[in-house]
Amino acid sequence: MATSTHEGPAPHPPTTAREGPAAIGLEGVVKTYRSGQETVAAVRGIDLAVHQGEFFSLLGPSGCGKTTTMRMIAGFEEPTSGTVRLAGRDVTGVPPDRRDVNMVFQSYALFPHMSVADNVAFGLRRKNVPKDEVRRRVGEALDLVELSGLHRRRPGRLSGGQQQRVALARALVNRPGALLLDEPLGALDLKLRQAMQIELKRIQREVGITFVYVTHDQSEALTMSDRIAVMNEGVVEQLGPPAQIYERPASRFVAGFIGTSNLLSGTVTTGVGEYARVEFDGIGHVLVRTDQTSGSAVDVTVRPEKVHIGADEPAPGMSRLRGTVGEVVYLGASTHYTVVLANGAEVVVFRQNSSDASNAAERGDQVWLSWRPDHSYALPR
Amino acid sequence: MTTTRTPAAEARAGDPARRRPRRRIDWGRLFTWAVLAWLFTPVAGMIVFSFNDIAGRQNVTWQGFTLKWYGQAFAYPDLNAALLTTVAVGVLTMLIAGVTGSLLGLALGRHRFHGRGATNLVMFAAICAPEVVLGAALLSLFLTTDVTTGFVTIVIAHVMFTISFVAITVRARVMTLDPRLEEAARDLGAGPWTTFRLVTLPMLFPAVMAGGLLALALSVDDFIITSFVGGETTTFPLWIWGSTRVGIPPQVNVMGTLIFAVGVLLAIVNIVLARRRS
Ligand SMILES: Nc1ncnc2c1ncn2[C@@H]1O[C@H](COP(=O)(O)OP(=O)(O)OP(=O)(O)O)[C@@H](O)[C@H]1O
Ligand SMILES: [Mg+2]
Repeated sequence: MATSTHEGPAPHPPTTAREGPAAIGLEGVVKTYRSGQETVAAVRGIDLAVHQGEFFSLLGPSGCGKTTTMRMIAGFEEPTSGTVRLAGRDVTGVPPDRRDVNMVFQSYALFPHMSVADNVAFGLRRKNVPKDEVRRRVGEALDLVELSGLHRRRPGRLSGGQQQRVALARALVNRPGALLLDEPLGALDLKLRQAMQIELKRIQREVGITFVYVTHDQSEALTMSDRIAVMNEGVVEQLGPPAQIYERPASRFVAGFIGTSNLLSGTVTTGVGEYARVEFDGIGHVLVRTDQTSGSAVDVTVRPEKVHIGADEPAPGMSRLRGTVGEVVYLGASTHYTVVLANGAEVVVFRQNSSDASNAAERGDQVWLSWRPDHSYALPR
Repeated sequence: MTTTRTPAAEARAGDPARRRPRRRIDWGRLFTWAVLAWLFTPVAGMIVFSFNDIAGRQNVTWQGFTLKWYGQAFAYPDLNAALLTTVAVGVLTMLIAGVTGSLLGLALGRHRFHGRGATNLVMFAAICAPEVVLGAALLSLFLTTDVTTGFVTIVIAHVMFTISFVAITVRARVMTLDPRLEEAARDLGAGPWTTFRLVTLPMLFPAVMAGGLLALALSVDDFIITSFVGGETTTFPLWIWGSTRVGIPPQVNVMGTLIFAVGVLLAIVNIVLARRRS
């Protein structure tokens, strides 16, 4: 697997890596495309800092401006306004060949008329690295992506997964300040994709290079990233570590985009100790920590796996809602219930199928839903 | 299969007449050979008559086999001069039209610019316009601008009418090129010129080559336009046309055969190179 140079701890462990300027800094970056009469605002104003050695993901639905953001970092597009910084340096107007970042394209963009080794050596040769060193580093890079022995092949004669690895090696071999990956696994089938996710993470740990990873696949972003920026319509909706994005979505959009989330619209009534109480007449109430004052309209969220479903009345101090079981979907490891409340709202509940517990509810049953107040978050409307 | 053989199947398997596949006519293959024969017959005629043992100057009926015309291939000095002119014009046309046409094709395929539509239109007009019209127009242009017609005007005219073919060939290739390849090169530290030299040009090379050879072939062939703008200069086709009244000497067949051989050789080289590249 790894060659001698890549063994041992990563050269830049994330704990010590936060010192010095950010690897990539975007300050008020806006990009507007003009096509004929109409203008398209692809990026509407992004501020973010990617730390040294970090695995950073840009996550968002199709057309939200991920690729545009990436291309501005690489230098293929210039921002309409705002500043792009690489390692603290303002690189506005600097062409791609003079920026210390490398890109892995979704289509791989391997040079079809060159062998695998020549593809990987391309960047080093442009920097006039001595021949011996080129050969050594190309060998190391191909070892790293586990493609040793394919030096002489043409890219056209490689499988999709192998081409993907060559594209990765071609970028990594230059040891750039940051590696930009635009949906690099998009063209692979699910199995290969999952294997490559683990592989990419391993490589990133071994080389310690900053990765900026673009994806519209939320599970991919959650499993691989140190931090995620969730984008929507040209702005960053939320930026934080995966657990925080998942557990504490900052907006309705993020709650809806990441995983499955229940959103209930209500009004804050009274405070119960440290929690506010959102009342649903005749259905129950949700307790939630919020700084919203009494009378304000809020959306409260809860993740399906946090909700308990059962026939017994919940203990006091829990959020509680009463409803009728609509759908029961058995999925092997878990069962998914859709519970319809009296006001028409639906709550999705995931329940692990442990051996001891019998089926919690059948279709048509009256049930209580309950969860701990800490598992809900209030989003102002 | 063998375990579940019914008696009926046994009987059928044993009957050789039933198992023999019916002989089918492969129409695709037949058609291919017919087209090849259609294309090659005139060329074969030219080659065969270069070995014709004739007495006078009329090389129209088969008289017997000889190799003597190959020995006296260059017996007519003015024919030699005409052939040399044709080769010189062809090579110059190939180089000039090849380079400028390729650049034109690259621009048309890659960039949006003012006058792009007009350029496309002019190119197609140059291809569609009857050669007689082009030739006459060029001649009156040269006459009004007081340019002496001759070798130079032939080259100018040939470049003019072949450049569109080169540009169209190259443009078709450019449009299938992934612009990400050039971006990848830039990303890996290559400047614009290095990117062109190491990525764009090698990928376009087969089309540039094909365009150049097309220009050469069109130029060597051309009779109508050349006859207008040639002035005192005589090319190979013009010389042949001039000699038809007194009979075409077998040397013409010999040279035609040699030109054909060179063409075949170039085609083979191109195929071998393409094979090795892929
Ligand atoms: N060259 C361009 N000219 C005009 N509009 C563009 C151009 N490139 C992108 N856009 C527009 O900008 C918006 C953002 O595009 P972008 O490619 O950044 O999205 P994305 O987040 O990468 O989407 P996907 O996940 O589908 O790749 C889209 O509305 C797109 O139509
Ligand atoms: Mg994209």
